[in-house]
Amino acid sequence: MNQLKFLVLAAAFLLLALPGQAQKVAVIKLPELQKRLSRPTDTTYVVNFWATWCAPCVKELPHFDQLTTTYARQKVKVLLVSMDYASQLDKKVKPFVQKRALKSEVVLLNETDPNTYLDKVDTKWTGALPFTIILNNAQRKRVTFEQELSAEELHKQVQAFVK
Amino acid sequence: MKKLLPFLAACLVLALSSFIVLRPAAEGYQVGDKAADFKLKNVDGKLVSLADNKAAKGYIVVFTCNTCPYAKAYEQRIIDLNTKYAAQGYPVVAINPNDPAVAPGDSFADMQKRAKDKKYAFPYLQDETQQVARQYGATRTPHLYVLTRQGQDFVVSYIGAIDDNSEDAKLVKTKYLENAMTDIIAGKPASVNSTKAIGCTIKWKRA
Repeated sequence: MNQLKFLVLAAAFLLLALPGQAQKVAVIKLPELQKRLSRPTDTTYVVNFWATWCAPCVKELPHFDQLTTTYARQKVKVLLVSMDYASQLDKKVKPFVQKRALKSEVVLLNETDPNTYLDKVDTKWTGALPFTIILNNAQRKRVTFEQELSAEELHKQVQAFVK
Repeated sequence: MKKLLPFLAACLVLALSSFIVLRPAAEGYQVGDKAADFKLKNVDGKLVSLADNKAAKGYIVVFTCNTCPYAKAYEQRIIDLNTKYAAQGYPVVAINPNDPAVAPGDSFADMQKRAKDKKYAFPYLQDETQQVARQYGATRTPHLYVLTRQGQDFVVSYIGAIDDNSEDAKLVKTKYLENAMTDIIAGKPASVNSTKAIGCTIKWKRA
């Protein structure tokens, strides 16, 4: 009987402790994204716009996800914004996030007209993917990259914010 | 001093050439700029220039490719644009700026196959040096430029997107390019002459 109790407890513990189980991908609209990026906090946001179909995005994604581990003790928040169509959420995005065991928060931006929303995200964004914003509103600092970044470049850029 | 001169000249050339190479692609043309002509190889092996088609009132220049899902999503719409506007004097000229070393599906042979399979009724040109894409300021595929003839020149009259829904042509609310064409064909400046769209980054040659 005791043994059974132990087994149940152990199983429950394992289930709770299993990392990366059912990583959620919230589907959001533009106002929610804008709200999150305009908070006046001293947190450095690293926001990477990507898509499962975008080869350079998929290549650089691990560098971004690594930041979540590297800067776990600092006020750095990585937000991976999928630009896949919302209709691809279950078919493409969630399986991708599961398979890569991404540790950072992933959201899917569900908007259809880029001509309306791109400028509201950042006027410097012409619409090419990948696109990255590193920002810290308390420090009034913001840089953007409409290109693929290497691990070294990305690390260097984030360093400039957390020092 | 005399020895110094060639050295300085060499420095100048070096500085200028690095300036050209490092010049970011994002600059490029604005609406109202004169567009430079080019001479690029078509999938039929012949060289194509804007000046070739004397009857053209202008062109719909599309930077596109074989491999980008967004380019594929818009392919039929590009074919339809040519059908609609070539008859009105504004044919499509498609240009593939991707470096096949970076995007293997964009080789000249692949372009030939694509054009044949999809029965392109317009030129599909390879921008081998990527010079034209840089000059225009194209950043992604697809990326469109409407040119209108003014005397001997072609002037950029519209830059940007085809419409507001890449995923489903049936759900499009605003046809940005067609609206601009309506104005342009009526001899007016496009009321919306610049729009943005999501696309794949042009696969630039690795330095």
